[in-house]
Amino acid sequence: MCNCGENLRDQRYTALEKTLKKYRHTTGKIIPVLQEIQDIFGYVPIEAIREVSRELKVPSSEIYGVVTFYGQFHLQARGKNIIRVCTGTACHVQGGGKILEAITDYLGLKDGKMTSDDMMFTLEPVACLGACGMAPVMMVNEDAYGRLTPDEVPAILARYDENRKQKDDEKCIA
Amino acid sequence: MHSLKEMRREFQRAFNVSTNRVKVAIGLGTCGIAAGGEKVWNAVNEYVENEGLDVDMMSTGCLGMCYAEPIMEVHMPGEPRFVYGNVKPETAVEILERHLKYGRPSPEYIVGQDPRGFEPAPNIMELKDTGFFKSQVKTVLGRCGIIDPEQIAHYIAFGGYEALEKVLSEMSQIEVIEEIKRSGLRGRGGGGFPTGRKWEAAYNSPGPKKYVICNADEGDPGAFMDRSILEGDPHSVLEGMAICGYAIGADEGYIYVRAEYPLAIKRLRKAIQDAEAMGILGDNILDSGFSFRIRIAAGAGAFVCGEETALMHSIEGKRGMPRVRPPYPAQSGLWGKPTNINNVETYANVPGIIRKGADWFAAMGTDNSKGSKVFALTGKIRRTGLAEVPIGISLRDVVFDIGGGIQNDRKFKAVQIGGPSGGCIPASHLDTPIDYDSLIQLGAMMGSGGLVVMDEDTCMVDVARYFLKFTQEESCGKCTPCREGTMRMLQILERICQGQGGPEDIDTLENLALVVKSTSLCGLGQSAPNPVLATLRYFRSEYEEHIFNKKCPAGICVELLDIIIDPAACKGCTLCKNVCPADAITGERKKPHSIDPEKCIKCQACIMKCPFGAITKG
Ligand SMILES: Cc1cc2nc3c(=O)[nH]c(=O)nc-3n(C[C@H](O)[C@H](O)[C@H](O)COP(=O)(O)O)c2cc1C
Ligand code: SF4
Ligand code: SF4
Ligand code: FES
Ligand code: FES
Repeated sequence: MCNCGENLRDQRYTALEKTLKKYRHTTGKIIPVLQEIQDIFGYVPIEAIREVSRELKVPSSEIYGVVTFYGQFHLQARGKNIIRVCTGTACHVQGGGKILEAITDYLGLKDGKMTSDDMMFTLEPVACLGACGMAPVMMVNEDAYGRLTPDEVPAILARYDENRKQKDDEKCIA
Repeated sequence: MHSLKEMRREFQRAFNVSTNRVKVAIGLGTCGIAAGGEKVWNAVNEYVENEGLDVDMMSTGCLGMCYAEPIMEVHMPGEPRFVYGNVKPETAVEILERHLKYGRPSPEYIVGQDPRGFEPAPNIMELKDTGFFKSQVKTVLGRCGIIDPEQIAHYIAFGGYEALEKVLSEMSQIEVIEEIKRSGLRGRGGGGFPTGRKWEAAYNSPGPKKYVICNADEGDPGAFMDRSILEGDPHSVLEGMAICGYAIGADEGYIYVRAEYPLAIKRLRKAIQDAEAMGILGDNILDSGFSFRIRIAAGAGAFVCGEETALMHSIEGKRGMPRVRPPYPAQSGLWGKPTNINNVETYANVPGIIRKGADWFAAMGTDNSKGSKVFALTGKIRRTGLAEVPIGISLRDVVFDIGGGIQNDRKFKAVQIGGPSGGCIPASHLDTPIDYDSLIQLGAMMGSGGLVVMDEDTCMVDVARYFLKFTQEESCGKCTPCREGTMRMLQILERICQGQGGPEDIDTLENLALVVKSTSLCGLGQSAPNPVLATLRYFRSEYEEHIFNKKCPAGICVELLDIIIDPAACKGCTLCKNVCPADAITGERKKPHSIDPEKCIKCQACIMKCPFGAITKG
């Protein structure tokens, strides 16, 4: 039986320990610690908050308060690829709303859900990506795409969509 | 003290030698990448390798011409620098084939040339004479797009760190502060507070430990000048901060950068490392006895953290909520120590002022607002991008001369300035000079310098609703008027946009706006009503149309639209019927079709489909 899931789990927890050790005797470093944890897990698991509280000697409630205050931190597991779509002013007047729609359509997101069922994508509307001259703009992971039109969206996302790619490959063989 | 003079000469020589080589530069700021700059880079790289050409490839920050990205420049020895715009990977290769192999530029793709002291090519505009650049001054952005931001040697070759040397070797702390005061520099982060006076207050605060903070949170949607400076010329900000550190007596600085700017963070990291390695930052800088370290704090996605007291809480690892001032940061800032906080562009102005003198700087601008300001031109404007202009230039010059007017020949309606804290300025005030004080009189504010241009197809009630939604979501919730007041205002605006507005709504909005403005704790709440007040001031009739006639004159508020087919123009081609997702269109082939308003979901797919323009919204 495959146990690579187990290994991955171990690796993440080793990384967590390392991070905690690095910050053990510091004050005021909660945000960098949480940023590192989120880099490791892709989100901030509740258990991790408990560990941080113990190691940095800060009450859990305070850490929880920080996590929920900042839009960047997530308490739930997120998709493999993060789509950040700009909802800023410049993108808004250039039809950014239609890009958002095209993404939710592609991912089949409903009822305010932000992560696709296959955990391949999480959609994150953000206030501005700073490439407003290229509006409307979205970023997939760290790749920026500008001057978008809704009909370009599916092809761009498909590049990151391993599940769909696989299906297409299968189709090819058949 | 150790001097950089020799080294600078060396770097200049190296840079000049490199100008005697064939060079291809591609703009790879976030914006250039978003336009496909990396693909162009890869195609060019492959071409150069396959052909075995002896070419230096260089990646630069941006020239501010977002509208022309991706941009590729070709420098041949002894020739002007040619700037090609809107290049695609295939065209880039074609252009290079002609230009590098046969020495023939391709004028059809050239945005402009920069002779660099060589004979200009005939019949091609010089970059500085093009509409986009003619009214601009390049001081803060002078090096952006020219140097490789990851090479400290380039910065130094272009006069970088000369100001820091001057300050450390021949100026007292007070002299530095006086020079900044005399220049008339005001904060570029929004409020416009005189920078010299701020530094003086921090200098006068007693204590062995002080901090310098650079605010790079750039939270206003539609603003990207700070990102562009950080990506295109990061050392100028570091130098400005170090000079401030010397002036106020601080040995440590923080740059608070928003997490949405990964490339800026990466370039800053490299810049700090390089400067430390050369002894320009760190302990005992250039053997002067002055020490200054800079750290990066990455923001975590909250607009209110751009407010200075919230920002400091955030660096301290707390929730980024503002607190009451006084005490001001100059008295009690980061970790309770005297702190000076300025914006990215403010710091980037400092080295120039020291190097060229306060008088040079004060010669630009108006009586009360000196120097230049970078504006981000976005929205329905032809030439989107970054424009640096002397303060006091008119909005008309910026929108029409530099920006080239409105896209698709539509009519100008308003320009939104100052982000969620600012206001909309209508056509009747286009000749207003842009400076701190005139904008406030118009109910707007300079803000960080984002200019979002709106045309006749923009609904001003929708714009107000949009900003209120933004501030309502970003309110930190600490004080009631901001938290509840913005919520109530948003509800009313949403109602109006949905055609459910009542006659009393405008009055209620105005009253709420005044309460929120006067009783909120921080600038977020105090300025949140501005977009509503400004649109009510200049576009009240649009509100009235929504409320009394249930019409959206711009055709944006979906609930208020009527989609109709003009029977005289309809040829009965059935295309609209096939595209309608709601089965709302009926009609026989070759006979006029019609729409059932009960079923229509106003998706407007039919309007785009109709080849005869027979379907309209109104
Ligand atoms: C809600 C809010 C958001 C702000 N966001 C920013 C920002 O993103 N960048 C910035 O430089 N200043 C921002 N400011 C202004 C800062 O509080 C502060 O005045 C500024 O950084 C001072 O620098 P300056 O004097 O160089 O302008 C914001 C203020 C408020 C109230
Ligand atoms: S005005 Fe708004 S953002 Fe500012 S402190 Fe009060 S609730 Fe927070
Ligand atoms: S607007 Fe959309 S729903 Fe309405 S008639 Fe046209 S296609 Fe059908
Ligand atoms: S408004 Fe969309 S990138 Fe800035
Ligand atoms: S081209 Fe760089 S800011 Fe747009």
